[in-house]
Amino acid sequence: MDALQLLVSGLANGCVYGLIAMGFVLIYKATEAVNFAQGDMMMLGAFVALGLTNEHYAHLPFVVAVPLTILIMAAVGYLMDAVLLRRTFGQSQIAVVILTIAIGFVFRFVAGVIWGHEPQSLESPLAGRDIRFGGVVLGLDEVFVIVVTIALTVGMYFFFARTKMGVAMQASSQNQMAAYYMGIPVKRVHSLVWALSGAVAAIAGILFASKGSIDPATGFLGIKAFAAAVIGGLGSLPGALLGGIIIGLVEPFSARYLGGDLARLMPYLILVLILVFRPHGILSQVQAKKV
Amino acid sequence: MSEPILRVDNLESYYGPVMAIRGVSVEVHEGQIVTVLGANGAGKTTLLKTISGIMDPEKGTIHLEGESIQGMEPDQIVRRGVIHVPEGREVFPLLSVEENLLMGAYTRNDKAGVRNDLEMVYGYFPILKDKARQAAGTLSGGQQQMLAIGRGLLAKPKVMLLDEPSLGLSPLLVKEIFTIIKRLNTEQGVTMMLVEQNAKVALDTAHHGYVMEIGRIVMNDKAPVLAASKDIQEFYLGVQEAGERTQKRWKKRKTWR
Ligand SMILES: Nc1ncnc2c1ncn2[C@@H]1O[C@H](COP(=O)(O)OP(=O)(O)O)[C@@H](O)[C@H]1O
Ligand SMILES: [Mg+2]
Repeated sequence: MDALQLLVSGLANGCVYGLIAMGFVLIYKATEAVNFAQGDMMMLGAFVALGLTNEHYAHLPFVVAVPLTILIMAAVGYLMDAVLLRRTFGQSQIAVVILTIAIGFVFRFVAGVIWGHEPQSLESPLAGRDIRFGGVVLGLDEVFVIVVTIALTVGMYFFFARTKMGVAMQASSQNQMAAYYMGIPVKRVHSLVWALSGAVAAIAGILFASKGSIDPATGFLGIKAFAAAVIGGLGSLPGALLGGIIIGLVEPFSARYLGGDLARLMPYLILVLILVFRPHGILSQVQAKKV
Repeated sequence: MSEPILRVDNLESYYGPVMAIRGVSVEVHEGQIVTVLGANGAGKTTLLKTISGIMDPEKGTIHLEGESIQGMEPDQIVRRGVIHVPEGREVFPLLSVEENLLMGAYTRNDKAGVRNDLEMVYGYFPILKDKARQAAGTLSGGQQQMLAIGRGLLAKPKVMLLDEPSLGLSPLLVKEIFTIIKRLNTEQGVTMMLVEQNAKVALDTAHHGYVMEIGRIVMNDKAPVLAASKDIQEFYLGVQEAGERTQKRWKKRKTWR
């Protein structure tokens, strides 16, 4: 494999890690807790898309299945908060974390019951096609992953910087009390952040499943994405993407030049190094809440 | 006198088992500044939090323009026209000054009106216009207080609840801010309930005053009358009568400035 292809496939993997990591960051910023079901939400999103579009299941057109999947996973995220997590209000963050771990188990169980435990592939129109220019052959699916991730990141930037709801989400995470004082319906805003993270998980899942197979245990990828989020700084969306890309790139290159065992260790080695030398992550915003 | 715009009757609020305000009754008439004076821990912040719906009262009623609002969610109360400018400014530190101001208008949908009010706030606090793009966390304490007041004004409140705007500010800044508070009242007709430990500046600004001690209202009169009263003068002049034996604890407190 040529270095450019290695680069592109590493970038594509990194984008998926980065999208899952963004899900971690969204929830962390809103609730200061870590959603350990994030990887499983990605897995569930992938299966929902597969169940909607694969010939063997509902066999809807891909362009219909995708927005439907995003909507369904946004609803799943919203309800996770509105029905379950909101009840942990006032309890320790450990309670929230344990609840999310439990929700992750449930998602894996549900996916196994509905879709089985055999690896399956999403029947995406992108799968197996190539783009060629010069002498280089790139997978269309991988290029697509990168393009969609860039578009989504830009879209999220504008949402948070320019829309009233986006700024209100930032405000609620920076000073929840003041948000209440301003009449921002903080609880609903929280649920909407969960909906957003569900939608992002759905997109990550669709992208992941369109370039490889999935099974209910795919969600364990979330651990790597969590490492990416911490490397980028848990409070920063661009940091999450950067962390994901770093891990995505380090994996194939270290596998090539250092061998498989060491390569599998590399993401966590980087995590440890970052935690030691830059404990707030690469792009963290260290903030003083009250001045 | 006409029906007050805000009327609090017999309000009781608790922190767990601890009763923080005990049967408080306060009236605010439209166009007025009403001050509630009290030492640290008297229950002033609790009173405001209960009015703005951050806390629910155990007993008592709160009426805004005759409509009962106690126990409503904070966003409902903001929509009805009560905005709370909290103690200690509580700005959104990483948002810009202008974004902070616009969050004050979160419950409003009249874009043109919001633009107008933004310019009005910039008129009263030109420093906020100069720093409009700067993160609010980088402002000084006085500037953050101005921002907190401006943000409250953007809600276009019928009643603005101000919690200790003088807190931690130099006497010069206190004077500047209270001058603007007074101007907002006379020029823009903003009705205010102003909670303070700084009795002197509060009574100079307000029309009417209440004195609160350990969760209760212990005095209530027109501001000039209160300002002239011996008890109040003792507090902020720091004078204590020799041989004073009264049981009224608020007489002995020395925490007043
Ligand atoms: N979050 C809280 N939990 C428990 N008690 C509180 C809390 N906040 C205030 N109190 C108590 O309630 C009483 C009134 O406090 P507060 O309303 O903040 O007074 P003030 O604003 O006049 O200084 C005080 O005795 C204080 O110790
Ligand atoms: Mg107070």
